[in-house]
Amino acid sequence: MTSVYLDRIAATPLLAEVREAMAPYLGEAFGNPQSLHAAGRRALEAVDEAREDVAALVGARAADIYFTASGTEANNFAVKGLALGQQAKGRHIVVSAIEHSSVLNSVKALEKQGFISTRVPVDAAGRVDPADVEKALTPATVLVSVMTANSEVGTVEPVAEIAAFCRPKGVLVHTDAVAAAGSIPLDVETLGVDALSLAGDQFYGPKGGAALFVRKGVRILPLVDGGIQEAGRRGGTENVPAIVGLGRAARLAARDMTLRRDALTPLRDRLLEELPRRIGHVLVTGSRTERLPYHASFCVEFVEGEAMLLSLDMQGIAASSGSACTSKALKASHVLLAMGLDHATAQGSLVFSLTDAAAGGDVDRLLEVFPPVVDRLRRMSPLWTEHLKKGGS
Amino acid sequence: MYSDKVMDHFANPRNVGVIPDADGTGQVGNPVCGDMMTFTIKVDGDRLADVKFQTFGCGAAIAVSSMVSEMAKGKTLAEAKAITNDLVAEELGGLPKNKMHCSNLGADALHEAIKDFEDKRAGRATRAAAGASAHEHEGESCACPYCDTALEEEDKTVCRACRIEFEECPACGGITKKGDAKCIHCGAPTAKPA
Repeated sequence: MTSVYLDRIAATPLLAEVREAMAPYLGEAFGNPQSLHAAGRRALEAVDEAREDVAALVGARAADIYFTASGTEANNFAVKGLALGQQAKGRHIVVSAIEHSSVLNSVKALEKQGFISTRVPVDAAGRVDPADVEKALTPATVLVSVMTANSEVGTVEPVAEIAAFCRPKGVLVHTDAVAAAGSIPLDVETLGVDALSLAGDQFYGPKGGAALFVRKGVRILPLVDGGIQEAGRRGGTENVPAIVGLGRAARLAARDMTLRRDALTPLRDRLLEELPRRIGHVLVTGSRTERLPYHASFCVEFVEGEAMLLSLDMQGIAASSGSACTSKALKASHVLLAMGLDHATAQGSLVFSLTDAAAGGDVDRLLEVFPPVVDRLRRMSPLWTEHLKKGGS
Repeated sequence: MYSDKVMDHFANPRNVGVIPDADGTGQVGNPVCGDMMTFTIKVDGDRLADVKFQTFGCGAAIAVSSMVSEMAKGKTLAEAKAITNDLVAEELGGLPKNKMHCSNLGADALHEAIKDFEDKRAGRATRAAAGASAHEHEGESCACPYCDTALEEEDKTVCRACRIEFEECPACGGITKKGDAKCIHCGAPTAKPA
Protein backbone atom coordinates (compact mmCIF):
# COMPACT_ATOMS: atom_id res chain seq x y z
CA MET A 1 0.00 0.00 0.00
CA THR A 2 1.35 3.42 -0.87
CA SER A 3 1.74 5.58 2.18
CA VAL A 4 0.78 9.22 2.03
CA TYR A 5 2.06 11.48 4.80
CA LEU A 6 -0.10 14.56 5.33
CA ASP A 7 0.73 15.33 8.95
CA ARG A 8 3.50 17.88 8.76
CA ILE A 9 2.22 19.69 11.83
CA ALA A 10 3.08 16.58 13.88
CA ALA A 11 6.53 16.01 12.40
CA THR A 12 8.53 16.56 9.24
CA PRO A 13 10.99 14.04 7.85
CA LEU A 14 14.65 14.81 8.37
CA LEU A 15 16.28 15.98 5.12
CA ALA A 16 19.24 13.84 4.05
CA GLU A 17 21.42 16.94 3.95
CA VAL A 18 20.44 17.76 7.54
CA ARG A 19 21.16 14.25 8.72
CA GLU A 20 24.58 14.39 7.05
CA ALA A 21 25.39 17.69 8.74
CA MET A 22 24.43 16.18 12.10
CA ALA A 23 26.26 12.86 11.67
CA PRO A 24 29.76 13.93 12.84
CA TYR A 25 28.26 15.33 16.06
CA LEU A 26 26.68 11.98 16.81
CA GLY A 27 30.08 10.40 16.24
CA GLU A 28 33.66 11.57 16.46
CA ALA A 29 32.81 15.26 17.08
CA PHE A 30 31.35 14.66 20.51
CA GLY A 31 33.04 17.53 22.35
CA ASN A 32 31.37 19.89 24.80
CA PRO A 33 31.17 23.39 23.30
CA GLN A 34 32.18 24.86 26.64
CA SER A 35 35.52 22.99 26.71
CA LEU A 36 38.70 24.82 25.93
CA HIS A 37 40.38 22.02 23.97
CA ALA A 38 40.17 21.19 20.28
CA ALA A 39 37.22 18.81 20.67
CA GLY A 40 35.30 21.50 22.50
CA ARG A 41 36.21 24.17 19.99
CA ARG A 42 34.96 22.04 17.12
CA ALA A 43 31.59 21.66 18.78
CA LEU A 44 31.43 25.36 19.61
CA GLU A 45 32.15 26.32 16.02
CA ALA A 46 29.30 24.12 14.86
CA VAL A 47 26.91 25.66 17.42
CA ASP A 48 27.97 29.17 16.43
CA GLU A 49 27.44 28.40 12.76
CA ALA A 50 23.97 27.04 13.49
CA ARG A 51 23.18 30.19 15.45
CA GLU A 52 24.08 32.28 12.40
CA ASP A 53 21.84 30.16 10.17
CA VAL A 54 18.86 30.33 12.52
CA ALA A 55 19.32 34.07 12.96
CA ALA A 56 19.43 34.57 9.19
CA LEU A 57 16.15 32.69 8.76
CA VAL A 58 14.30 35.31 10.83
CA GLY A 59 16.45 38.38 10.16
CA ALA A 60 17.94 38.45 13.66
CA ARG A 61 21.40 38.89 15.14
CA ALA A 62 23.06 35.58 16.00
CA ALA A 63 23.66 36.78 19.56
CA ASP A 64 19.88 37.10 20.06
CA ILE A 65 19.16 33.41 19.32
CA TYR A 66 18.82 31.04 22.30
CA PHE A 67 18.61 27.32 21.63
CA THR A 68 15.96 25.28 23.41
CA ALA A 69 14.84 21.66 23.30
CA SER A 70 11.41 22.28 21.74
CA GLY A 71 8.96 24.88 20.55
CA THR A 72 7.10 24.30 23.79
CA GLU A 73 10.18 25.16 25.81
CA ALA A 74 10.78 28.27 23.70
CA ASN A 75 7.20 29.40 24.38
CA ASN A 76 7.51 28.69 28.11
CA PHE A 77 10.81 30.56 28.19
CA ALA A 78 9.35 33.55 26.35
CA VAL A 79 6.06 33.90 28.22
CA LYS A 80 7.35 33.15 31.71
CA GLY A 81 10.78 34.70 31.27
CA LEU A 82 9.51 37.95 29.76
CA ALA A 83 6.53 38.34 32.12
CA LEU A 84 8.59 37.63 35.24
CA GLY A 85 11.32 39.90 33.94
CA GLN A 86 8.92 42.85 33.70
CA GLN A 87 6.73 42.21 36.71
CA ALA A 88 7.97 45.31 38.49
CA LYS A 89 6.16 47.28 35.73
CA GLY A 90 2.94 45.32 35.78
CA ARG A 91 1.40 41.88 35.81
CA HIS A 92 -1.06 41.80 32.93
CA ILE A 93 -0.61 39.60 29.85
CA VAL A 94 -2.63 39.59 26.62
CA VAL A 95 -2.82 36.47 24.46
CA SER A 96 -5.07 35.29 21.66
CA ALA A 97 -7.68 32.62 22.36
CA ILE A 98 -6.07 30.23 19.87
CA GLU A 99 -2.51 30.11 21.19
CA HIS A 100 -0.76 26.77 21.56
CA SER A 101 -1.21 25.08 24.94
CA SER A 102 2.42 25.83 25.78
CA VAL A 103 1.56 29.55 25.73
CA LEU A 104 -1.87 29.25 27.36
CA ASN A 105 -0.63 26.96 30.11
CA SER A 106 2.41 29.17 30.76
CA VAL A 107 -0.04 32.03 31.25
CA LYS A 108 -2.08 29.83 33.60
CA ALA A 109 1.05 29.09 35.62
CA LEU A 110 1.75 32.82 35.85
CA GLU A 111 -1.82 33.45 37.00
CA LYS A 112 -1.11 31.25 40.00
CA GLN A 113 1.69 33.69 40.80
CA GLY A 114 -0.63 36.68 40.67
CA PHE A 115 -0.57 37.63 37.00
CA ILE A 116 -3.81 38.50 35.21
CA SER A 117 -4.46 37.67 31.57
CA THR A 118 -6.85 38.63 28.81
CA ARG A 119 -7.66 36.25 25.98
CA VAL A 120 -8.44 38.15 22.83
CA PRO A 121 -11.06 36.46 20.62
CA VAL A 122 -10.67 35.52 16.96
CA ASP A 123 -13.11 35.79 14.07
CA ALA A 124 -14.65 32.85 12.20
CA ALA A 125 -11.47 32.51 10.13
CA GLY A 126 -9.31 32.37 13.25
CA ARG A 127 -7.91 35.89 12.75
CA VAL A 128 -7.17 38.17 15.67
CA ASP A 129 -8.39 41.73 15.19
CA PRO A 130 -5.48 44.01 16.19
CA ALA A 131 -8.03 46.52 17.51
CA ASP A 132 -9.14 43.92 20.07
CA VAL A 133 -5.56 43.55 21.27
CA GLU A 134 -5.19 47.31 21.54
CA LYS A 135 -8.42 47.53 23.54
CA ALA A 136 -7.20 44.80 25.90
CA LEU A 137 -4.04 46.72 26.84
CA THR A 138 -3.99 48.30 30.29
CA PRO A 139 -1.27 50.33 32.00
CA ALA A 140 -0.29 47.07 33.73
CA THR A 141 0.18 45.12 30.48
CA VAL A 142 3.75 43.94 30.10
CA LEU A 143 3.46 41.24 27.44
CA VAL A 144 1.38 40.43 24.36
CA SER A 145 1.75 36.97 22.83
CA VAL A 146 0.04 36.29 19.51
CA MET A 147 1.13 33.41 17.30
CA THR A 148 2.47 33.98 13.79
CA ALA A 149 0.25 31.22 12.41
CA ASN A 150 -2.01 28.57 13.87
CA SER A 151 -1.15 24.95 13.18
CA GLU A 152 -4.71 23.68 13.48
CA VAL A 153 -6.39 26.02 11.01
CA GLY A 154 -3.41 27.46 9.12
CA THR A 155 -4.39 31.09 9.64
CA VAL A 156 -1.58 33.66 9.63
CA GLU A 157 -2.06 36.40 12.23
CA PRO A 158 -1.45 40.15 11.86
CA VAL A 159 1.52 40.18 14.23
CA ALA A 160 3.28 43.21 12.70
CA GLU A 161 0.16 45.36 13.08
CA ILE A 162 -0.14 44.31 16.72
CA ALA A 163 3.53 44.95 17.49
CA ALA A 164 3.27 48.40 15.88
CA PHE A 165 1.09 49.83 18.65
CA CYS A 166 2.49 47.73 21.52
CA ARG A 167 6.13 48.70 21.27
CA PRO A 168 5.70 52.49 21.60
CA LYS A 169 3.78 51.74 24.79
CA GLY A 170 6.68 49.67 26.13
CA VAL A 171 4.65 46.45 25.96
CA LEU A 172 6.76 43.46 24.87
CA VAL A 173 5.51 41.31 22.00
CA HIS A 174 6.21 37.60 21.65
CA THR A 175 5.10 35.50 18.71
CA ASP A 176 4.97 31.73 18.57
CA ALA A 177 6.23 31.12 15.04
CA VAL A 178 6.60 27.36 15.38
CA ALA A 179 4.03 26.61 12.67
CA ALA A 180 5.23 29.42 10.40
CA ALA A 181 9.02 29.59 10.61
CA GLY A 182 10.74 27.97 7.67
CA SER A 183 7.52 28.06 5.61
CA ILE A 184 6.83 31.77 5.18
CA PRO A 185 9.28 34.68 5.15
CA LEU A 186 9.74 36.07 8.64
CA ASP A 187 11.82 39.02 9.75
CA VAL A 188 11.91 40.09 13.37
CA GLU A 189 12.47 43.72 12.32
CA THR A 190 9.51 43.81 9.92
CA LEU A 191 7.36 42.01 12.47
CA GLY A 192 8.65 44.30 15.20
CA VAL A 193 8.56 41.58 17.82
CA ASP A 194 10.73 41.28 20.93
CA ALA A 195 10.69 37.50 20.99
CA LEU A 196 9.93 34.72 18.51
CA SER A 197 9.77 30.93 18.99
CA LEU A 198 10.64 28.43 16.28
CA ALA A 199 11.27 24.69 16.03
CA GLY A 200 13.34 22.84 13.45
CA ASP A 201 11.15 19.74 13.46
CA GLN A 202 8.56 21.80 11.58
CA PHE A 203 10.92 22.40 8.66
CA TYR A 204 12.86 19.16 8.14
CA GLY A 205 15.20 19.52 11.11
CA PRO A 206 15.51 17.08 14.01
CA LYS A 207 13.27 16.91 17.07
CA GLY A 208 15.02 18.54 20.02
CA GLY A 209 16.36 21.49 18.02
CA ALA A 210 14.38 24.69 18.61
CA ALA A 211 15.13 28.30 19.45
CA LEU A 212 13.86 31.54 20.91
CA PHE A 213 14.84 34.91 19.51
CA VAL A 214 15.01 37.59 22.21
CA ARG A 215 15.76 41.14 21.14
CA LYS A 216 18.95 42.66 22.53
CA GLY A 217 18.33 44.63 25.69
CA VAL A 218 15.04 42.91 26.57
CA ARG A 219 15.05 41.51 30.08
CA ILE A 220 14.16 37.82 30.24
CA LEU A 221 14.55 35.50 33.22
CA PRO A 222 16.00 32.04 32.58
CA LEU A 223 13.67 29.06 32.59
CA VAL A 224 16.52 26.60 33.12
CA ASP A 225 19.04 27.86 35.65
CA GLY A 226 22.52 26.51 35.26
CA GLY A 227 25.83 27.40 33.77
CA ILE A 228 26.97 29.92 31.23
CA GLN A 229 25.46 28.21 28.19
CA GLU A 230 23.29 30.41 25.95
CA ALA A 231 24.71 33.53 27.63
CA GLY A 232 23.51 32.31 31.02
CA ARG A 233 19.89 32.40 29.89
CA ARG A 234 19.44 28.69 29.34
CA GLY A 235 21.65 26.33 31.30
CA GLY A 236 22.53 22.78 30.30
CA THR A 237 25.07 21.26 27.96
CA GLU A 238 24.14 22.13 24.38
CA ASN A 239 22.42 19.41 22.33
CA VAL A 240 25.00 19.83 19.61
CA PRO A 241 23.63 17.38 17.01
CA ALA A 242 20.10 18.81 17.29
CA ILE A 243 21.39 22.39 17.14
CA VAL A 244 23.51 21.60 14.07
CA GLY A 245 20.48 19.95 12.45
CA LEU A 246 18.28 22.94 13.25
CA GLY A 247 20.91 25.27 11.78
CA ARG A 248 21.21 23.32 8.57
CA ALA A 249 17.43 22.99 8.23
CA ALA A 250 17.13 26.76 8.71
CA ARG A 251 19.75 27.43 6.03
CA LEU A 252 17.95 25.16 3.56
CA ALA A 253 14.56 26.65 4.44
CA ALA A 254 15.87 30.15 3.75
CA ARG A 255 17.37 29.02 0.45
CA ASP A 256 14.38 27.02 -0.80
CA MET A 257 11.45 28.88 0.75
CA THR A 258 10.00 30.25 -2.48
CA LEU A 259 10.56 26.98 -4.30
CA ARG A 260 8.81 25.02 -1.58
CA ARG A 261 5.95 27.48 -1.31
CA ASP A 262 5.36 27.45 -5.05
CA ALA A 263 5.25 23.66 -5.04
CA LEU A 264 2.93 23.30 -2.04
CA THR A 265 0.44 26.12 -2.60
CA PRO A 266 -1.27 24.58 -5.67
CA LEU A 267 -1.62 21.24 -3.86
CA ARG A 268 -3.09 22.98 -0.83
CA ASP A 269 -5.50 24.95 -3.00
CA ARG A 270 -6.60 21.83 -4.82
CA LEU A 271 -7.44 20.20 -1.48
CA LEU A 272 -9.24 23.29 -0.20
CA GLU A 273 -11.35 23.48 -3.35
CA GLU A 274 -11.90 19.84 -4.22
CA LEU A 275 -12.70 18.28 -0.85
CA PRO A 276 -15.81 20.38 -0.16
CA ARG A 277 -16.84 19.84 -3.78
CA ARG A 278 -16.62 16.05 -3.54
CA ILE A 279 -18.13 15.69 -0.07
CA GLY A 280 -21.20 17.52 1.16
CA HIS A 281 -21.24 19.38 4.48
CA VAL A 282 -17.51 19.98 4.64
CA LEU A 283 -16.30 23.37 5.85
CA VAL A 284 -12.85 24.79 5.28
CA THR A 285 -11.52 26.00 8.63
CA GLY A 286 -9.23 29.00 8.85
CA SER A 287 -8.52 31.84 6.46
CA ARG A 288 -8.51 31.27 2.71
CA THR A 289 -6.21 34.20 1.98
CA GLU A 290 -3.99 34.52 5.06
CA ARG A 291 -2.95 30.89 5.17
CA LEU A 292 0.17 28.75 5.57
CA PRO A 293 1.24 27.35 2.18
CA TYR A 294 1.23 23.73 3.37
CA HIS A 295 -2.02 23.73 5.30
CA ALA A 296 -5.52 22.49 4.42
CA SER A 297 -8.00 22.02 7.27
CA PHE A 298 -11.66 21.13 7.42
CA CYS A 299 -14.59 20.19 9.57
CA VAL A 300 -16.58 17.27 8.22
CA GLU A 301 -20.06 17.41 9.66
CA PHE A 302 -21.88 14.45 11.26
CA VAL A 303 -18.72 12.39 11.77
CA GLU A 304 -15.96 12.40 14.32
CA GLY A 305 -12.29 13.13 13.61
CA GLU A 306 -10.60 10.16 15.22
CA ALA A 307 -12.80 7.70 13.34
CA MET A 308 -11.79 9.44 10.09
CA LEU A 309 -8.10 9.35 11.05
CA LEU A 310 -8.24 5.61 11.83
CA SER A 311 -10.03 4.93 8.55
CA LEU A 312 -7.48 6.94 6.57
CA ASP A 313 -4.63 5.26 8.42
CA MET A 314 -6.00 1.86 7.39
CA GLN A 315 -5.53 3.08 3.80
CA GLY A 316 -2.03 4.39 4.44
CA ILE A 317 -2.86 8.06 4.79
CA ALA A 318 -1.57 10.02 7.81
CA ALA A 319 -3.44 13.15 8.89
CA SER A 320 -4.45 14.78 12.18
CA SER A 321 -7.51 16.16 13.93
CA GLY A 322 -8.47 18.52 16.73
CA SER A 323 -11.47 16.44 17.82
CA ALA A 324 -12.04 15.76 21.51
CA CYS A 325 -11.60 12.03 21.00
CA THR A 326 -8.21 12.51 19.36
CA SER A 327 -6.85 14.50 22.26
CA LYS A 328 -5.83 12.45 25.26
CA ALA A 329 -7.72 14.89 27.46
CA LEU A 330 -10.92 14.40 25.43
CA LYS A 331 -11.30 18.13 25.01
CA ALA A 332 -12.62 19.65 21.83
CA SER A 333 -10.17 21.99 20.16
CA HIS A 334 -10.09 25.37 21.88
CA VAL A 335 -9.11 26.83 18.52
CA LEU A 336 -12.23 25.66 16.69
CA LEU A 337 -14.51 26.60 19.59
CA ALA A 338 -12.91 30.07 19.72
CA MET A 339 -13.75 30.42 16.01
CA GLY A 340 -17.40 29.95 16.93
CA LEU A 341 -17.86 26.36 15.73
CA ASP A 342 -20.21 24.25 17.85
CA HIS A 343 -18.94 21.12 19.60
CA ALA A 344 -20.50 18.69 17.13
CA THR A 345 -18.91 20.39 14.12
CA ALA A 346 -15.55 20.76 15.88
CA GLN A 347 -15.59 16.99 16.43
CA GLY A 348 -15.29 16.54 12.68
CA SER A 349 -11.99 18.41 12.55
CA LEU A 350 -9.38 17.18 10.10
CA VAL A 351 -6.01 18.68 9.19
CA PHE A 352 -4.00 17.77 6.11
CA SER A 353 -0.57 19.37 6.25
CA LEU A 354 1.79 18.82 3.34
CA THR A 355 5.53 18.20 3.39
CA ASP A 356 7.78 18.79 0.40
CA ALA A 357 7.60 15.07 -0.30
CA ALA A 358 3.90 15.43 -1.09
CA ALA A 359 3.14 15.20 -4.77
CA GLY A 360 0.05 15.66 -6.88
CA GLY A 361 -0.48 11.92 -6.69
CA ASP A 362 -0.83 12.10 -2.91
CA VAL A 363 -3.60 14.65 -3.15
CA ASP A 364 -5.32 12.60 -5.87
CA ARG A 365 -5.16 9.53 -3.66
CA LEU A 366 -6.64 11.39 -0.70
CA LEU A 367 -9.42 12.81 -2.86
CA GLU A 368 -10.21 9.31 -4.06
CA VAL A 369 -10.01 7.54 -0.69
CA PHE A 370 -11.64 10.13 1.53
CA PRO A 371 -15.23 10.41 0.21
CA PRO A 372 -16.03 6.71 0.80
CA VAL A 373 -14.52 6.96 4.31
CA VAL A 374 -16.87 9.82 5.17
CA ASP A 375 -19.77 8.06 3.54
CA ARG A 376 -19.23 4.88 5.57
CA LEU A 377 -18.98 6.76 8.86
CA ARG A 378 -22.01 8.91 8.06
CA ARG A 379 -24.11 5.85 7.40
CA MET A 380 -23.21 4.80 10.96
CA SER A 381 -23.92 8.20 12.48
CA PRO A 382 -27.19 8.97 14.30
CA LEU A 383 -26.57 12.66 13.62
CA TRP A 384 -26.53 11.99 9.88
CA THR A 385 -29.75 9.94 10.14
CA GLU A 386 -31.33 12.81 12.05
CA HIS A 387 -30.13 15.24 9.40
CA LEU A 388 -31.64 13.13 6.59
CA LYS A 389 -34.90 12.79 8.50
CA LYS A 390 -35.16 16.55 8.67
CA GLY A 391 -34.99 16.58 4.90
CA GLY A 392 -31.27 17.28 4.57
CA SER A 393 -29.15 15.80 1.86
CA MET B 1 -3.17 2.14 20.77
CA TYR B 2 -6.23 -0.05 20.03
CA SER B 3 -6.36 -3.85 20.24
CA ASP B 4 -6.85 -5.92 17.06
CA LYS B 5 -10.36 -6.72 18.25
CA VAL B 6 -11.24 -3.04 18.57
CA MET B 7 -9.85 -2.35 15.10
CA ASP B 8 -11.79 -5.29 13.68
CA HIS B 9 -15.07 -4.02 15.13
CA PHE B 10 -14.25 -0.51 13.95
CA ALA B 11 -13.43 -1.64 10.42
CA ASN B 12 -16.29 -4.17 10.19
CA PRO B 13 -18.94 -3.09 12.64
CA ARG B 14 -21.74 -5.58 13.22
CA ASN B 15 -25.43 -4.65 13.33
CA VAL B 16 -25.20 -1.05 12.11
CA GLY B 17 -28.51 0.62 11.42
CA VAL B 18 -31.93 1.45 12.75
CA ILE B 19 -34.77 -1.08 13.18
CA PRO B 20 -37.72 0.70 11.55
CA ASP B 21 -40.48 -0.66 13.85
CA ALA B 22 -38.31 -1.06 16.94
CA ASP B 23 -39.77 -2.24 20.24
CA GLY B 24 -37.34 -0.11 22.20
CA THR B 25 -34.98 2.79 21.55
CA GLY B 26 -32.12 4.03 23.69
CA GLN B 27 -29.92 7.02 23.13
CA VAL B 28 -27.02 8.22 25.25
CA GLY B 29 -24.24 10.74 25.02
CA ASN B 30 -24.14 13.86 22.94
CA PRO B 31 -21.80 15.33 20.37
CA VAL B 32 -20.23 17.65 22.96
CA CYS B 33 -18.13 14.82 24.36
CA GLY B 34 -17.61 13.25 20.98
CA ASP B 35 -19.81 10.22 21.37
CA MET B 36 -23.48 9.63 20.79
CA MET B 37 -25.05 6.20 20.46
CA THR B 38 -28.50 5.05 19.48
CA PHE B 39 -29.66 1.48 20.00
CA THR B 40 -32.88 0.01 18.61
CA ILE B 41 -34.11 -3.43 19.65
CA LYS B 42 -36.68 -5.93 18.46
CA VAL B 43 -38.00 -8.21 21.21
CA ASP B 44 -39.46 -11.66 20.63
CA GLY B 45 -41.00 -13.03 23.82
CA ASP B 46 -38.22 -12.54 26.31
CA ARG B 47 -35.39 -12.44 23.82
CA LEU B 48 -33.61 -9.73 21.83
CA ALA B 49 -34.44 -10.93 18.32
CA ASP B 50 -32.55 -8.05 16.77
CA VAL B 51 -30.26 -5.25 17.93
CA LYS B 52 -29.02 -2.40 15.79
CA PHE B 53 -26.95 0.66 16.59
CA GLN B 54 -25.79 3.96 15.20
CA THR B 55 -22.81 5.81 16.63
CA PHE B 56 -21.28 9.22 16.19
CA GLY B 57 -17.87 8.95 17.76
CA CYS B 58 -14.32 7.74 17.79
CA GLY B 59 -12.98 4.33 16.89
CA ALA B 60 -13.48 3.04 20.42
CA ALA B 61 -17.09 4.24 20.53
CA ILE B 62 -17.93 2.50 17.26
CA ALA B 63 -16.18 -0.72 18.32
CA VAL B 64 -17.91 -0.68 21.70
CA SER B 65 -21.38 -0.29 20.16
CA SER B 66 -20.67 -3.04 17.67
CA MET B 67 -19.47 -5.37 20.44
CA VAL B 68 -22.46 -4.58 22.66
CA SER B 69 -24.84 -5.32 19.79
CA GLU B 70 -23.13 -8.63 19.12
CA MET B 71 -23.10 -9.60 22.80
CA ALA B 72 -26.79 -8.73 23.23
CA LYS B 73 -28.30 -10.22 20.10
CA GLY B 74 -30.23 -13.40 20.84
CA LYS B 75 -29.89 -12.99 24.60
CA THR B 76 -32.80 -12.83 27.06
CA LEU B 77 -33.60 -9.40 28.45
CA ALA B 78 -32.17 -10.43 31.82
CA GLU B 79 -28.94 -11.62 30.21
CA ALA B 80 -28.64 -8.44 28.16
CA LYS B 81 -29.17 -6.32 31.25
CA ALA B 82 -26.25 -8.15 32.87
CA ILE B 83 -23.87 -6.91 30.16
CA THR B 84 -21.63 -4.48 31.97
CA ASN B 85 -19.20 -1.90 30.74
CA ASP B 86 -16.29 -3.91 32.09
CA LEU B 87 -17.43 -7.02 30.23
CA VAL B 88 -17.59 -5.09 26.96
CA ALA B 89 -14.12 -3.66 27.43
CA GLU B 90 -12.82 -7.11 28.34
CA GLU B 91 -14.38 -8.70 25.25
CA LEU B 92 -12.66 -6.05 23.14
CA GLY B 93 -9.28 -6.99 24.56
CA GLY B 94 -9.13 -3.82 26.64
CA LEU B 95 -9.48 -0.13 25.84
CA PRO B 96 -7.07 2.75 26.44
CA LYS B 97 -7.74 4.34 29.83
CA ASN B 98 -9.02 7.59 28.40
CA LYS B 99 -11.51 5.71 26.22
CA MET B 100 -13.10 3.69 29.01
CA HIS B 101 -16.02 6.10 29.17
CA CYS B 102 -16.96 4.96 25.64
CA SER B 103 -17.57 1.48 27.00
CA ASN B 104 -19.87 2.97 29.64
CA LEU B 105 -21.97 4.54 26.93
CA GLY B 106 -22.38 1.34 24.92
CA ALA B 107 -23.94 -0.76 27.65
CA ASP B 108 -25.95 2.24 28.88
CA ALA B 109 -27.50 2.76 25.45
CA LEU B 110 -28.53 -0.88 25.24
CA HIS B 111 -30.00 -0.78 28.75
CA GLU B 112 -31.91 2.39 27.86
CA ALA B 113 -33.43 0.61 24.88
CA ILE B 114 -34.49 -2.32 27.06
CA LYS B 115 -35.92 0.05 29.64
CA ASP B 116 -37.84 1.85 26.90
CA PHE B 117 -39.31 -1.48 25.78
CA GLU B 118 -40.23 -2.48 29.33
CA ASP B 119 -41.80 0.90 30.00
CA LYS B 120 -43.89 0.62 26.86
CA ARG B 121 -44.93 -2.93 27.73
CA ALA B 122 -45.96 -1.79 31.20
CA GLY B 123 -47.84 1.13 29.73
CA ARG B 124 -45.66 3.70 31.42
CA ALA B 125 -44.87 7.01 29.80
CA THR B 126 -41.54 6.65 28.13
CA ARG B 127 -38.85 9.21 27.83
CA ALA B 128 -39.14 9.07 24.09
CA ALA B 129 -42.88 9.77 24.31
CA ALA B 130 -42.22 12.60 26.72
CA GLY B 131 -40.06 14.14 24.06
CA ALA B 132 -36.82 13.82 25.93
CA SER B 133 -33.72 13.34 23.91
CA ALA B 134 -30.06 13.37 24.76
CA HIS B 135 -29.79 16.90 23.43
CA GLU B 136 -32.39 18.16 25.75
CA HIS B 137 -30.79 16.87 28.85
CA GLU B 138 -27.86 19.12 28.27
CA GLY B 139 -29.47 21.86 30.27
CA GLU B 140 -30.07 19.65 33.27
CA SER B 141 -27.49 19.72 35.97
CA CYS B 142 -27.77 16.05 36.88
CA ALA B 143 -25.65 14.69 34.04
CA CYS B 144 -22.24 15.53 32.69
CA PRO B 145 -22.80 17.85 29.74
CA TYR B 146 -19.89 16.22 27.94
CA CYS B 147 -20.71 12.52 28.19
CA ASP B 148 -24.14 12.42 29.82
CA THR B 149 -22.96 10.25 32.71
CA ALA B 150 -25.03 10.97 35.81
CA LEU B 151 -23.14 13.15 38.26
CA GLU B 152 -22.82 12.01 41.87
CA GLU B 153 -25.31 13.60 44.22
CA GLU B 154 -22.66 14.56 46.73
CA ASP B 155 -20.13 15.96 44.27
CA LYS B 156 -21.38 17.60 41.13
CA THR B 157 -18.11 19.40 40.45
CA VAL B 158 -16.46 16.50 38.69
CA CYS B 159 -17.59 13.83 36.20
CA ARG B 160 -16.42 10.38 37.27
CA ALA B 161 -16.41 9.14 33.65
CA CYS B 162 -14.49 11.84 31.86
CA ARG B 163 -12.86 13.44 34.92
CA ILE B 164 -13.78 16.94 33.85
CA GLU B 165 -14.17 19.52 36.58
CA PHE B 166 -17.22 21.74 36.49
CA GLU B 167 -18.58 24.97 37.75
CA GLU B 168 -21.97 26.58 37.57
CA CYS B 169 -22.48 29.11 34.80
CA PRO B 170 -23.26 32.46 36.44
CA ALA B 171 -25.69 33.29 33.61
CA CYS B 172 -27.82 30.17 33.07
CA GLY B 173 -26.96 28.04 36.12
CA GLY B 174 -26.03 25.08 33.92
CA ILE B 175 -22.98 22.99 34.64
CA THR B 176 -20.07 23.87 32.43
CA LYS B 177 -16.42 23.04 32.33
CA LYS B 178 -14.24 24.79 34.87
CA GLY B 179 -11.76 27.16 33.30
CA ASP B 180 -13.57 27.45 29.95
CA ALA B 181 -14.09 31.00 28.80
CA LYS B 182 -17.69 30.45 27.73
CA CYS B 183 -20.57 28.41 29.12
CA ILE B 184 -21.29 25.50 26.79
CA HIS B 185 -25.05 25.95 27.22
CA CYS B 186 -25.63 29.67 26.84
CA GLY B 187 -22.29 30.98 25.64
CA ALA B 188 -22.07 33.52 28.44
CA PRO B 189 -18.54 34.30 29.61
CA THR B 190 -17.68 32.32 32.74
CA ALA B 191 -14.06 33.31 33.19
CA LYS B 192 -13.34 35.99 35.72
CA PRO B 193 -12.95 39.28 33.90
CA ALA B 194 -9.39 40.43 33.64
